[in-house]
Amino acid sequence: MGVVVDTPAIGSEVRDQPLESEMTLSMGPQHPSTHGVLRLDLRLDGELVINAIPDIGYLHTGMEKLFEYKKYQQGIVITDRMDYLNPLGNNLAYVMAAEKLLGIEIPERALTIRVLFCELQRIASHLVWLGTHCLDIGAMSVFFYCFRQREKILNLIEAASGGRMTPSYFRIGGLMMDLPAGFERRCKQFLDDFPEALDTFDTLVTGNTLWQARTKGIGLISREDAIDWGLTGPCLRGSGVDLDLRRDNPYAGYETYDFNVCVETDGDVWARYLVRMREMAESWKIVRQALERLKPGPIKADAPKVVLPDRDDMRKHMDSLIHHFLIVAEGFDIPAGEVYLPIEASKGELGCYMRANGSAKPDRVHFRGPSFVNLQALPVMSEGEMVADVVAIIGSLDIVLGEIDR
Amino acid sequence: MTEKLHAYVDQIRARNEAWATNVVDALGEVTIEVSRDSIYEVCQFLRDEAGFDMLADLCGADNGPEEDPRFVINYHLLGTGHKDRLRLQVLVAEDDAHVPTVSSLWSTANWHERETWDMFGVVFDGHPDLRRILLPSDFDGHALRKDYPLRGYEPYSLN
Amino acid sequence: MGLENTLFESLPDVLTVKLDAVINWARKSSLWPATFGLACCAIEMMNTVSARNDLSRFGAETFRASPRQADVMIVSGRVSRKMAPVLRRIYDQMPEPKWVISMGACATSGGVFDNYAIVQGVDKIVPVDIYVPGCPPRPEMLVHAITMLQDKIMKESVKDRRDTFDAESRISRVPGTLPVTEGTALEREMEARVDNENAPKPYSVPARHERRRSS
Repeated sequence: MGVVVDTPAIGSEVRDQPLESEMTLSMGPQHPSTHGVLRLDLRLDGELVINAIPDIGYLHTGMEKLFEYKKYQQGIVITDRMDYLNPLGNNLAYVMAAEKLLGIEIPERALTIRVLFCELQRIASHLVWLGTHCLDIGAMSVFFYCFRQREKILNLIEAASGGRMTPSYFRIGGLMMDLPAGFERRCKQFLDDFPEALDTFDTLVTGNTLWQARTKGIGLISREDAIDWGLTGPCLRGSGVDLDLRRDNPYAGYETYDFNVCVETDGDVWARYLVRMREMAESWKIVRQALERLKPGPIKADAPKVVLPDRDDMRKHMDSLIHHFLIVAEGFDIPAGEVYLPIEASKGELGCYMRANGSAKPDRVHFRGPSFVNLQALPVMSEGEMVADVVAIIGSLDIVLGEIDR
Repeated sequence: MTEKLHAYVDQIRARNEAWATNVVDALGEVTIEVSRDSIYEVCQFLRDEAGFDMLADLCGADNGPEEDPRFVINYHLLGTGHKDRLRLQVLVAEDDAHVPTVSSLWSTANWHERETWDMFGVVFDGHPDLRRILLPSDFDGHALRKDYPLRGYEPYSLN
Repeated sequence: MGLENTLFESLPDVLTVKLDAVINWARKSSLWPATFGLACCAIEMMNTVSARNDLSRFGAETFRASPRQADVMIVSGRVSRKMAPVLRRIYDQMPEPKWVISMGACATSGGVFDNYAIVQGVDKIVPVDIYVPGCPPRPEMLVHAITMLQDKIMKESVKDRRDTFDAESRISRVPGTLPVTEGTALEREMEARVDNENAPKPYSVPARHERRRSS
């Protein structure tokens, strides 16, 4: 089979000295616990892991090349499919990078709705993390409970944008459409029911001695190593580094919201678990604040050459019709420049490096995927652990192969 | 807003006048163009003495087959203490596409440099393990170059 | 030839019709999928298995990680060129009878990604029974796909061999010999005569909706 990296032939050395040789086990790419198509080259000494080398690229989609052939607004659709558990976060990074290059200002209602949806998306992403992490370690019921809560969030996103997992809701200059009628009531209903679900998870998982035994002391990474390996997000905050881009490099109005940054110092799977559980509660707080400060107003920026006009406007006024036609058919030019825009996605620092050259298509778009960088630290975390712990460590890294392979 | 970042540029210039060949300040970000031979020392200086302890991103860009220099390697640095960001750029010509590696300064550069080699064909001298990471290992060509067609070349073969 | 093919070839039609119904019912009611979630569609597949849209109502009780214990492979997500040989290998490792559902636009035709990295349609690699459009398809669509596959299974016959085409399988061969041909005119004539005698017969069992007596 032409796809595999050369693995050493398990031959004579096993026969002669069966207890002395190192075994190579290829875990994946089709595996229930690797969270996607990841292949791990495990070098084992019995059950102990000597080295765990990830082999990625099985989901490489050529998205960065595809961006260069699509107009700016067409690229938003592709960003949905990168980190497919956090599509609105990907949309936000791309859209904000283009807006920064254009220099347009977003109205307040659009910013509030963007923050609301980003935090809802963060809760949804953490719910999938919790469900699949527990499923891998063996607690299967939590998977169903998490997805049940996630269905409610997906229904909210679907009500606003039409797509459950690939919404493409944000546009360059604002939002696609305003919130539908009754959205605030449904969102409030979800917010009222969610703390009870978090309590259920605490009872089932956090207080569970089996869970603690499987996660405490596993997959340690020190503070200096975490910074050296470029970890960001909950993986970094689980090792004691207080860095959260929502507070430190704020964007989209995050500096006006009141939330705490959750930091733990142990650096093991348990610490990262606690950070993410607390982050869900903090995101809940932010969604509540965003919902309370929603005021009627425009949702698109005042930039007629960039933002599509309202349908009514388009039908009645000639210049709106012309603008609509030009934006859809030819796109808008973005003057030459480059920008690197980092946001705090649910997995870490998602950076969008965008270079424009004055035409309607970008010159280079590169996404710094947090899972790409976090996965690189897997050998450091899993050296000396058992094979079953590798599964727990992958779960705690919260990787999404779509973002790694792009 | 960029005065703090210009302080770092002044620090670099004070250390060695020739390190920062060009400084661009646009859109709230400061980009320092560094020559290929001094990129390792500049990175070491920034990491050890200016507090930029994290390499957020290392990516390449292609200017096109007719441009000279053809490739641009971007280093995005972040300091976890002071939370400032800086971008370093190295311009590389096509026929001499070699850049010294920074994977001994920040371990995270390892995969980023492998990806840049994979997609653009820029060789990182001194890299411990420079092989393809995203494309299949038997892939012919470098996919993100401007002269590589979007749909690729040969028909599928499963072997 | 599989054991049941050999047995049932020799039985009269009246018996195999009844056996068809029973065996197909058994096969369709416990379709165990192999976990082949690749990308975003895999998450929608996980949503289909979860509490709100429960796929185990339809028999897909457990997703088997090992392809040797699975019946249907739901290819959910984009297949990159590096992954294509792995996909074929997993398909080959599944024992007969097996079916393939191509879930989502990327698996059906390459989807949004028409470029060097993605296989433009998984039917270039494995034979597909049901195609599900959507990006990603809603969970209800995947449930519909499973029910469509169940209807398709009910129309099959135990006498069908699944690894070769109909005409070829009905030619009797000496066991232990390979069908080696030299392409001479005499051979072609002999094969044509055998083909005419063993021409494929139309299905004699109507589908369920055709068997309803009332309308």
